[in-house]
This record gives sequence, structure tokens and C-alpha cells, in this order.
Amino acid sequence: MDLKEKLVSSFMAFENNVDVDHPVHDIRTEAIKNFEAKGFPTKKEEAWKYTSLNSVLKTDFSIFPKEENALEYHQVKKYFLHEIDTYKIVFIDGIYSSYLSETTHDGVDICLMSSALTKPMYKPVIDVYFNKAASNDESLTTLNTAFSREGAYIYIPKNKAPKKPVEIIHFATGNEASLMLQPRNLIIAEENAELQVIERHQSLTGNPVLTNSVTEIFAAKNAIVDYYKVQNDSEQATLIDNTYIAQKDKSVVNVHTFSFGGKLTRNNLNFYQHGEHIESTLKGVTILGEKQHVDHHTLVHHQQPNCESHQDYKGIYGEKSTGVFNGKIIVDKIAQKTNAFQQNNNVLISDQATVNTKPQLEIFADDVKCSHGCTIGQLDEDALFYLQSRGIPRKEATGLLMYAFANNVLESVRLPELKKRINKLIATKLGVRLGFDL
Amino acid sequence: MLKIKNLHAGVEGKKILKGVNLEVNPGEIHAIMGPNGSGKSTLASVIAGKEDFEISKGSVVFEGEDLEEVAPEERAHKGIFLSFQYPVEIPGVTVTNFMKTAINESRKARGLEDMPANEMLKRIREKSELLDIDRKFLSRSLNEGFSGGEKKRNEIFQMAMLEPKLAILDETDSGLDIDALRIVANGVNKLRNKDNAVIVITHYQRLLEYIIPDFVHVIHDGKIVKSGTKELALELEEKGYDWIKKEPVA
Repeated sequence: MDLKEKLVSSFMAFENNVDVDHPVHDIRTEAIKNFEAKGFPTKKEEAWKYTSLNSVLKTDFSIFPKEENALEYHQVKKYFLHEIDTYKIVFIDGIYSSYLSETTHDGVDICLMSSALTKPMYKPVIDVYFNKAASNDESLTTLNTAFSREGAYIYIPKNKAPKKPVEIIHFATGNEASLMLQPRNLIIAEENAELQVIERHQSLTGNPVLTNSVTEIFAAKNAIVDYYKVQNDSEQATLIDNTYIAQKDKSVVNVHTFSFGGKLTRNNLNFYQHGEHIESTLKGVTILGEKQHVDHHTLVHHQQPNCESHQDYKGIYGEKSTGVFNGKIIVDKIAQKTNAFQQNNNVLISDQATVNTKPQLEIFADDVKCSHGCTIGQLDEDALFYLQSRGIPRKEATGLLMYAFANNVLESVRLPELKKRINKLIATKLGVRLGFDL
Repeated sequence: MLKIKNLHAGVEGKKILKGVNLEVNPGEIHAIMGPNGSGKSTLASVIAGKEDFEISKGSVVFEGEDLEEVAPEERAHKGIFLSFQYPVEIPGVTVTNFMKTAINESRKARGLEDMPANEMLKRIREKSELLDIDRKFLSRSLNEGFSGGEKKRNEIFQMAMLEPKLAILDETDSGLDIDALRIVANGVNKLRNKDNAVIVITHYQRLLEYIIPDFVHVIHDGKIVKSGTKELALELEEKGYDWIKKEPVA
């Protein structure tokens, strides 16, 4: 039985465990039908031309973990942004860990999707928002929708901001030989609300993990959401991240994606602008080696006038790693005065690394500013010589130039401790000791 | 200190230096002058170790050691410094952090610990004052958006910070107005002592009014065709390079 059949036949068992009278039941049932009809995407589809799931799907993943697993804080402390106080929503093999988490209902809700989907008090919010931004025809998204049960639920009411950032962390213990996880996050920032989120998926062993995650983010008028994705997983971890962001008037949503590890990572990042004077920022730093593969698939859909979007993705590819950037910008006919900026720069530090980069612009309005640029190159030898001539060895000089290359993406990170962490990760990843404190 | 013997070097099969001989001793200032394309900058790059250039004959010996197999960073650790004609812009790395990295890498190569922070700050303060550099300037990204003059002044600041034994100033005067030229020259003069040496590469005599050379060499078509004292620079200014080009090589 292949993974698709296994998933489809497991659905009934899964559904029997949950409330069939709940409106989400219909959404799930519809979703599994969609997935059954479409199946996993293949390279024949344009959107998956450069990313093949074949080798991943051969693994016989467990769909539900057999037992609950525990972790001690000291075992996993380094994966938290422990330099500062944060709210934490932590899952171990897909199951909520109250021991490692710190949730709140103090003026804001920072808690669990399983509660939000089952408790009557959340029903009005679920009815309005659940699966309203996520796609109903992306097969992997519908697969997640069908099995949506657990994940983070964050609701920030009007004029509120939580006291501290929120960390959403999924650990895979490796107690299962191979495990599939399907977290489902719902994040709502009402009018004038503010929120900072850090999301991370971390396997603690080399056992294969396939995570198919869906996150829906709703930013109401004037809301500000900063979302940071830290992807530095182990060598057998596959992550398919499907993020859907719906923004209203004057809202600001910034998503930073740091891709430093994992076997295969696919980021489907979708922005929908449903108002005017919206700002959307999509930034990424990718540093890969070995045979790692990262595919950034972005969409910004400008549906109203006077909005902005900024995309800036930097990639550094070594050894036999491969990268993809596919950035799609759609500007509807009424979306006049749109300002859409897109940039993707890549440096190949090995002859065997590959990058495919493709901007895709569909512009139906006539009074817009849209710019895009893609580059793939090697390190500047003149710059290297300049640094070497000052006594900085070639390896460190390379690291310094890489650091400089990625730096302007980090400038917009508004959590200083996270910025430091990412800087350190970059230095470690590049194998250099930089002579100054990051 | 520096002995260059019958140096032949080129790039991608093109011969640029065709037998350069030069000896520089501690405490000396040498000026190398010549028309465009004569090989001045190539000579500077070869001494600093730029790998694009291939040495086909001859040798560059620094303090008794043949430099042929020595990497550019190791040459820097030994005390060779090149002030670039066109300094490279490095966005994202501040002048201060760059200097800290450079100094500590050199110390590491010599088996020393990192320079203590207060000592580093003191040196940065002293040297920036010497070159009349605003402190704000030091927290800007290296050379990014610097004017031509700022870039050159920053090169000399780096030289002051690194305290090399042999400094090669490649066209440091180009792009400088007269005030900046004075500040830079003044800085170079203050850094001089009996143990270090300077090679000034220039097209014009102007800089040599402020940095007085002990020797002036004229390079033409990859060879030093004439050597003399500072008066030679004045003669060149007066007669132009055509005078040298016409004279048969001695």
C-alpha cells in the first residue's frame, strides 16, 4: 500500500475519533475527496517541476504515532529562543506537550488547535476563519485539511499584543522508525493587534520525518504580524510548509524564512491582499550543503490598489545542494498603484550545486511599479583578495562575504536575540569564526 | 627588506612585467612612477599576492623569504600591506568589525589571543584621529557608498591599524582633493619609522610633494627604465613620460 492509499484508508479511523457533527467535519470530508482525486504532486506539474517527492514518498511513514513521547527541557533547550521569555506551543511527535509549553488566555488566546476545533466557545472564530485562506485544490494542503486536528491556535483581539513572542516548535523524537506529521496552525490578529511568531520543526534523530504543515494567518486592519520560520532540521527531515496569509487594510505582515537544513524543504508561501495600503514582506536566507534541497514557491496576489510587497531571497549553495525560487506576483486590474518588488540572488560555492530561479509576473493593472531581479553567481574574487590582503584567510574571507551577502535580509528581523541566533547559525553553517561578536 | 629580481609576470598569457629589479630597505620611501599600462599596479598586486598574476621568471623575496608560494593573507601577516587603487565595497560589514577581524586573524596567525576590546578601541580612536576620520564613518559598511576620497582615506586608516612593515600605496592620490591629500600624506608620514618602508605608486608628482621619496623609479613597458632621487619626479613632471619612452633603455 502506498502512502496515498494508506492516508485515504486511515481517514475513516481518524474521523471516528472526532466530533462528526462539527462543521469542520464537512470541510475535512471534502478535503480528503480532493486529495484522493489529485494525489501527491509530481514533476509533471509546472509548480513541482524542480522538486520531486518520489524518494520521500517511498518511505513507509506512520501516520499516527503509536505512543506519547516525553522530552526533558534540557534535551531540547537549544532549539528554543531561550535568551528571552516566550510563549511556547510545543508538540512532540505531533502531540501537544503541556510540560514544555507555556500558553495563555490572558487577554489573548495562545493555545491549541485541538481545543479551538472542539470547544464551543471557539466555534464562532473557527466558522469565520478555519480553512478560509488555505487552498482547496492544492493537494498537499487539502491532505493537511483532511487530517487537521492539532497545531497552534493564536487569536489576538482588537488593540491587543501578547507580552512576548510566541514559539511554535514541533519535535520528532525518532521513536517511530518514520513519521508523518500534519500540523495545522490558525493565527488571527484582529484590528490594531500585534504579534511575533517563531516556528520551528526539529527532528532529534536521523529517522525520516515528513511534515506537511498548513498555517493560516489573518491580519485585520492595521494589524502587524512578524513570522519567522527557522528551518535547520536533520538530514532525513522533509518539510512541506504551506502558509496562507490574508491581509486587510493597512496591515503589515513580514515573513522571514531561514532555510539551513533538512533533506527537502518546500515553502509554499501565499499572500492575499484584501484591502488597501497593505504591506507584505517575504524574505529568506538559504544556506545549503550536501544533497539538500529547498524550494521557495511564493505568491503575492495584489487584489486592491495602493499596496506594497517586498521579496528578497538570498541563497548560498554548496556541495551537491539544489535550490529553487519561483516567485509569482499577480496584480489584478483594479490594483492600481501597486508597488511590487522581488529579488532573488544566489551564490554557488560548488561546481555541483544547482539553482533554478524563476520570476512570474501577471500584471493586469497599468499604473504599477513592479521590479524583479534574479542572479546566480560565484563569489567575487576581487573582494576575496581584498579581504585576504588584510590578513583574513580565504576561508574566513569567504564566510565574511557570505555573511555580508545575507545580511540585508537580517536587517528587517525585529527580534535582536533571534537575529543574533541566525547570525550565529550562518557563521556555523559556513564553518567560520568571525572575528567579532555577532 | 624587499628584493625583487628580474621579475616577469603576466595575466592570461599576456606579459606585463618584463624584468623588474627593485630593492627596498627599512626606513626608505620609494616612488614608482610611470604612464598608464606600464605595469605599476601589476607590480603592486604581485607583491601582495594576487593569484590572477602568473610569475614566469624571477623572484620576490621579503625578509629573506621567497613569496611565490605564500598566500595573500600570509603576506599580510608578515607585514605587507597594499592600499588598493579601487577598494572593494563590502556591504554588511562595518569598518570597525572588518578591522577587528583583520587584526585578530593576524594575531591568531602569530599565535596570539584576540586583542582586548579596550586596546582595540584605543587603537581605533588614535588612528581615526590621526586621519581625521569621523567616528560615525567607522560604523558604516566597508567602502559602501564611500566617495573616492573616503575610500582612500579608509585605506590609509587600515594601514595605520595594521602597522605593516611594507606599505604599498597604489595610486592613493587619485580621487583626493588637496585637503584630503594632505591629511593622507600627513598620516603616512606620521606612521613612518626606521623599521618600515613605503612604496608609493603614482602617475603624478603631486603626492610626492607631501610624501618625500628617497628614491624614484620610472617604470615603462614592464621594466624600471630609470631610477634616481626625488628630483627625477620633478623632471618627469616637466618633460612628461614621452621623454622616458624615447630614451633608449640603459
